[in-house]
Amino acid sequence: MKKAAIQADHSNPVISIRGLKKAFQDYSVLRGIDLDLYQGENLVVLGRSGTGKSVLIKIISGLLKPDAGQVEVLGYNIATISEDELQALRIRIGFSFQNSALYDSMTVRKNLEFPLVRNRRNLTRGEINTNVEAVLDAVGLSQTINQMPSELSGGQRKRIGIARTLILNPEIMLYDEPTAGLDPITCIEINDLINEVQQRYNTSSIIITHDLTCAKQTGDRIAMLLDGQFQRTGTFEEVFATEDERVKPFYDYNFIK
Amino acid sequence: MDNTQSINGETPKKMSKLKQSFADFFLTLYNINKFILRFFREAFVPPFELKEVVRQCYEVGVRSFTLISVTGFIVGVIFTKQSRPSLSQFGAESWLPSLVSIAIMRALAPLVTALIASGKVGSSIGAELGSMRVTEQIDAMEVSGTKPFKYLVCTRVLATTLTIPILSTYTGFVALFGGYLNVTQNEGTTWTTFIQEVFEPLTFTDFVASLIKSIVFGFTIGIVGCYQGYNSSKGTEGVGKAANGAVITAMFLVFIEEVIIVQITGWFR
Repeated sequence: MKKAAIQADHSNPVISIRGLKKAFQDYSVLRGIDLDLYQGENLVVLGRSGTGKSVLIKIISGLLKPDAGQVEVLGYNIATISEDELQALRIRIGFSFQNSALYDSMTVRKNLEFPLVRNRRNLTRGEINTNVEAVLDAVGLSQTINQMPSELSGGQRKRIGIARTLILNPEIMLYDEPTAGLDPITCIEINDLINEVQQRYNTSSIIITHDLTCAKQTGDRIAMLLDGQFQRTGTFEEVFATEDERVKPFYDYNFIK
Repeated sequence: MDNTQSINGETPKKMSKLKQSFADFFLTLYNINKFILRFFREAFVPPFELKEVVRQCYEVGVRSFTLISVTGFIVGVIFTKQSRPSLSQFGAESWLPSLVSIAIMRALAPLVTALIASGKVGSSIGAELGSMRVTEQIDAMEVSGTKPFKYLVCTRVLATTLTIPILSTYTGFVALFGGYLNVTQNEGTTWTTFIQEVFEPLTFTDFVASLIKSIVFGFTIGIVGCYQGYNSSKGTEGVGKAANGAVITAMFLVFIEEVIIVQITGWFR
């Protein structure tokens, strides 16, 4: 499906990152990153494996602490935020994990209910059921409601993972390699779902990938992470209009040049 | 002059390894203490996960029930059988029920239950949480604004702390029954006489000490299993290490606690 044009509000960054640094032991992964994610846009972060793409979204969601720099998410500075504030902020951020991270001891219904009943304690059983059915319908998997995660295919697991984040109506979506390990047709379905989520739920998203088809289909803007910094940012065409040997192989490999 | 050590650098290497091991040991101790404090900070503050606590209590009980029944019975039979010759030398076979009851109620029942639970429950908790950590399920709970520590750790630690004393009491009675079968077979003692002789030497302090011991053992098994699993490193190897570490550490701590509690309760007798 071709992506519908979405007008991002460039006066209103929902995520603002300045001078972000992160190292693991002696290896410096992020070396002073600046990035803005604007209201309503899909930003794709491209980069080779091990360049710190996943580290970036883990810092945004508060799973990792930055070594230096400022990370402001929906007006909160992640480095200085209190535990309670972070928990409240996380409800406004959806995180879709690379391996879906479904709770494998729970059915699909319980997986979806888990964040809902713990964050909206005043909901009645009927309201919980309505919410669960609505998100399952949104990802097109209503029939799986009583299945266990082990009974689902890779693509279905990804969709349920996304549904679990949508149940809290997040303002920001973080996708970690949404198409990794999936066949091309399922990849296209997931890309369509990402676009659908953006339009239907009016989310702003960061999509971590090295799949250029995913980047092209879902991204309003692309940011290329090279050597710990964003070296190229712009539209898909702008980013790849270069002879840079660190960028060209990406395009050539994905589009078989 | 012997220059071997300074030439090949073996001794400084060993010294630095030793220093590192010491540092790691104290770091682990510090982290476990932090983990325990976090448990007390979060476990008794609402909202409570009561349903999950009950489910975990059931899991702990069911997981260990069969093994504990069999082991408890065998311990009772064997202990009675092995004690008889020593008492026979002094013509004191009639003291057998009292000896058996003191040994089982004061020491064997809580210890045997704790050791079995360390293997069955501790390893299972370590592996389960370790696997959840490795597959990012714990991270997924965290980023969805829920409190995985409360849901996963507090519930399991409360479950082991509540269930192991019940299992320990049960083990005690099963072991006594095993002892009774052996005594009645050899001495023809009736059930009523056996029970009278069993409870005669036991004091209130014995029951309280045994209960406290089981509570401490239960807490230890739960907290160690959860600590190992919750902090397991990435990869399937980490899951195995977490399960293994949970069993070994819990068993080791149970023995140390046994010695300490026996010393302390000795002052009150």
